[in-house]
Amino acid sequence: MRTNNVILRTVTRIVVIIILTLAVYLFLAGHHAPGGGFIGGLVLASAFVLLFIAVDMETVRKAVPIDFKLVAALGAFISVATGFGGVMFGEPFLNQVFGYVELPFFGETELTTVTIFEAGVALAVVGVVVTIILSIAEDV
Amino acid sequence: MNGESIHDNRTAHLLLQFIENNSFIYIEMEDLILLTINLVIIIPLLAAALVPFLHKKNSKIHIGWFIFLIPLTLFILLLRYIPRIANGETLAYTVEWIPTYHINFTAYLDGLSLIFALLITGIGALVTIYSIYYLSSKENLIHFYTYLLLFMGAMLGVVFSDNMMVLYVFWELTSISSFLLIAFWYHRKQSRDGAQKSLLITVTGGIAMLVGFIMLYYMSGTMSVRGVISAVLSFQENPLFIPAMCLILLGAFTKSAQFPFHIWLPTAMEAPTPVSAYLHSATMVKAGIYLVARFTPVFGGEDTWFWLVTSVGLITLFWGSFTAVRQTDLKALLAYSTVSQLGMIMSMFGISSLALNSGFRAESVLFSQAAFAALFHLVNHSTFKGALFMVVGIVDHELGTRDIRRLGGLATLMPITFTIAIVGAFSMAGLPPFNGFLSKEMFFTAVLNAGNAGLSSAIPVVAWVASIFTFVYSMIFVFKTFLGTYKEEKLEHPAHEAPYGMLFSPIVLGSLVVLIFIFPNGLGENLLSPALAGIFPSLAAGENLGVHIALWHGFNTELMMTIGVVLGGILLYMTIRYWKNIYRLFPEHWSFNTLYGNILEQLEVVSRKITDFYMTGYLRDYMVYIYLFFILAVGGMVVFTQSYELEIAENAPISEFEWVVAIVMIIAALSILFAKSRLSAILLNSVLGYGVAIFFVLFRAPDLALTQTVVETVTTVLFLVAYYFLPEWKKEDTRSRSDKVNLAVSIGVGVIFTIIALAVQNGKLFSSISSYFENSYELAGGKNIVNTILSDFRAFDTMLEVVVLLIAGIGVYTLIKVKARKGDTTLEDE
Repeated sequence: MRTNNVILRTVTRIVVIIILTLAVYLFLAGHHAPGGGFIGGLVLASAFVLLFIAVDMETVRKAVPIDFKLVAALGAFISVATGFGGVMFGEPFLNQVFGYVELPFFGETELTTVTIFEAGVALAVVGVVVTIILSIAEDV
Repeated sequence: MNGESIHDNRTAHLLLQFIENNSFIYIEMEDLILLTINLVIIIPLLAAALVPFLHKKNSKIHIGWFIFLIPLTLFILLLRYIPRIANGETLAYTVEWIPTYHINFTAYLDGLSLIFALLITGIGALVTIYSIYYLSSKENLIHFYTYLLLFMGAMLGVVFSDNMMVLYVFWELTSISSFLLIAFWYHRKQSRDGAQKSLLITVTGGIAMLVGFIMLYYMSGTMSVRGVISAVLSFQENPLFIPAMCLILLGAFTKSAQFPFHIWLPTAMEAPTPVSAYLHSATMVKAGIYLVARFTPVFGGEDTWFWLVTSVGLITLFWGSFTAVRQTDLKALLAYSTVSQLGMIMSMFGISSLALNSGFRAESVLFSQAAFAALFHLVNHSTFKGALFMVVGIVDHELGTRDIRRLGGLATLMPITFTIAIVGAFSMAGLPPFNGFLSKEMFFTAVLNAGNAGLSSAIPVVAWVASIFTFVYSMIFVFKTFLGTYKEEKLEHPAHEAPYGMLFSPIVLGSLVVLIFIFPNGLGENLLSPALAGIFPSLAAGENLGVHIALWHGFNTELMMTIGVVLGGILLYMTIRYWKNIYRLFPEHWSFNTLYGNILEQLEVVSRKITDFYMTGYLRDYMVYIYLFFILAVGGMVVFTQSYELEIAENAPISEFEWVVAIVMIIAALSILFAKSRLSAILLNSVLGYGVAIFFVLFRAPDLALTQTVVETVTTVLFLVAYYFLPEWKKEDTRSRSDKVNLAVSIGVGVIFTIIALAVQNGKLFSSISSYFENSYELAGGKNIVNTILSDFRAFDTMLEVVVLLIAGIGVYTLIKVKARKGDTTLEDE
């Protein structure tokens, strides 16, 4: 299914960058402002979906050679595995820790294990959403 | 318990210290030693996760050699604990898991668990070596060793866990890994059926056991087995005590293949022989025996316990040995023999429980020795039965058959295998100079004691008769296979001796059979006596429970019984063709196997009927079910709690903007009903979704608004993609009755939703939980309360949701992508 949709393609080229940036921002901002792993992941997934609509699937496949099933599995693995982080230090399962670190450029920054957990959530969401949409769309 | 938690805090503290100033490593050796036992469980499981990465890159070396190192290391590690355990020490270490529900990962090492752990790792190492020669590299070795390590970790978990919930989890994990291993050659129908049968039976028992554990927890208030044991006096009179006991025994009996649940074990022989040798004779099937031994201090004082365990054990002993004689498949013969031997060990534990019975206070030490005999025989059985299974594996592997009718005269062609077979089989029959003789004598002592105590004179009689049959099938095993005439024309390959690598493990086990006979007390003093102290903690304090195993007791009743067994056995063996017909007395359709088959079939037929009744294949019907349930459950709740009084006065005023959004949504919703095409319906539906998102913005819920917007976008795309495949949208001619039902249901759902939304302010059924999250910044370091709830306070929910999402994704993917090829009716039976 090859369509010649010049306007959509041109717009997509710019918009995808914006969406991807937004996704990363939402993901990182989630701890203090609206956002978080789930939303970040969904926005990221919608960027891929837009790409698949605007450009044909084969091209995107070649440009982004990622197996999204693996991404989903990796995400689920990360979020389960962070749970064991606490266990290693004698804390209950899934105990999250945070602390404040002085970093160059950024000043005092909060670092937290929540981010790792959220990264897992985000990856799982991206992986699953893209996998589902791709497998349905490819089944022509 | 207290002592342990102090330990915990100290280790945690020390670990933190270690991280803070990592130049200074200071962890007390004692803590490390304790933690090792938890690690012993974890290591095989971790290794199982890593096996798939051992790709075939180093194909020159069989990957079994890498796997072999794991049980070997663990075995040596555990050997080093023997001196401590022999001194009467016990070790425990707790890692907190879900402390709120008293579920902790506590590893407890005492004599009893050490015996089992040594068997698991020791036989595990030998079986791994054996499997290297048994399974060719063409087989799916990655799967095989992953399952094997999974089993090893789970089984170690069963014997080391002090926490009942954790024990249960590991218990089921052994069932699952056994299922996977039996179905290793899953392209065979018998393998799949055998795997299914074993899983259904053992898991049913496992769930019964779980209920028993929960009852124990309810009565004693602790999840710890040691805690239950020390608190047992306080709840012995509880009406739940006997039900809990029966349920736990059900778990033990199904797992250890006790009559009438023994039927799964012979069919489990479809597994590769190393698996049969390891799981289905040496370790997993002994988990039930372990459970009985472990819970003897809790339930042992009850008469019911004694009668249940002893009688089930004796019936199994008799039925197993009686049935083994008629088998023509060597592996089936060994399977029934295992069933019988497990029954024998079980009955000894039953007799030993009399030591705790108030009626036999005077003879308590005498009866406790039955448990010593049981443990002794348990070790012996693992050695000789392991060796025998490996012998069958060798015969099967080299000759291509294990049917007794086709075998014979192999003694001169396979001399080493023949020797091992003689050692194993004679030990099984209870003959000197092999370890089976010693434990068989002790078994006779135990049943004679029970008989003399005036319980039932049937106990020694049944034991003796069953032993005769044991002798008969042991002789069949050796003589029908290795003596007689050699029939090459019936074999797939001509007979020849197996490679030395394959002979190594059975030789080791065979030598142990003889060595234990010569030096039984080394085993007895260092392992069996401490284990006995673990089973009878109340007796161990006052008395010396140690038993000295002697080779010669003089001409006593036990020896006479053995001589009787030999004479009777030889007589029966010689005359077997004259009395064989008694097996025809039990028609095939009376067996438990037929019963199991019928139950399974009926289950399928009935559930298909029920399912066909409501699964119409129409999505709209399913929606009706869901909404009908909603109306009944939620609507019923509203009526029941009388929370339908509406107080609109206190609600916030509705702004003009909100009116506009609401009206737009109502119009969009109504237009869906009259939409001409799917496309417009989808787009109208997304108007509703975005409307909700606007409401979230208006009510200052940016997180929800964001999520709603993105979800709406993605689902719209998903709908569009999916609807591409649907047929043209035309008015379907539905019956008017279902139309009316649908209308009523939709109006009902709408009304109930509206009532709930309006009434939610009035009916405060419980206090708000929001205070719990209020100081999220101090507790979780996050200013976004939604996010802290999702990823910190309720992180467990989120984690499981992520897993569910993944499963759903895989489900969709496989439904669409994995299809039977054209011409294939099913994917099975390739």
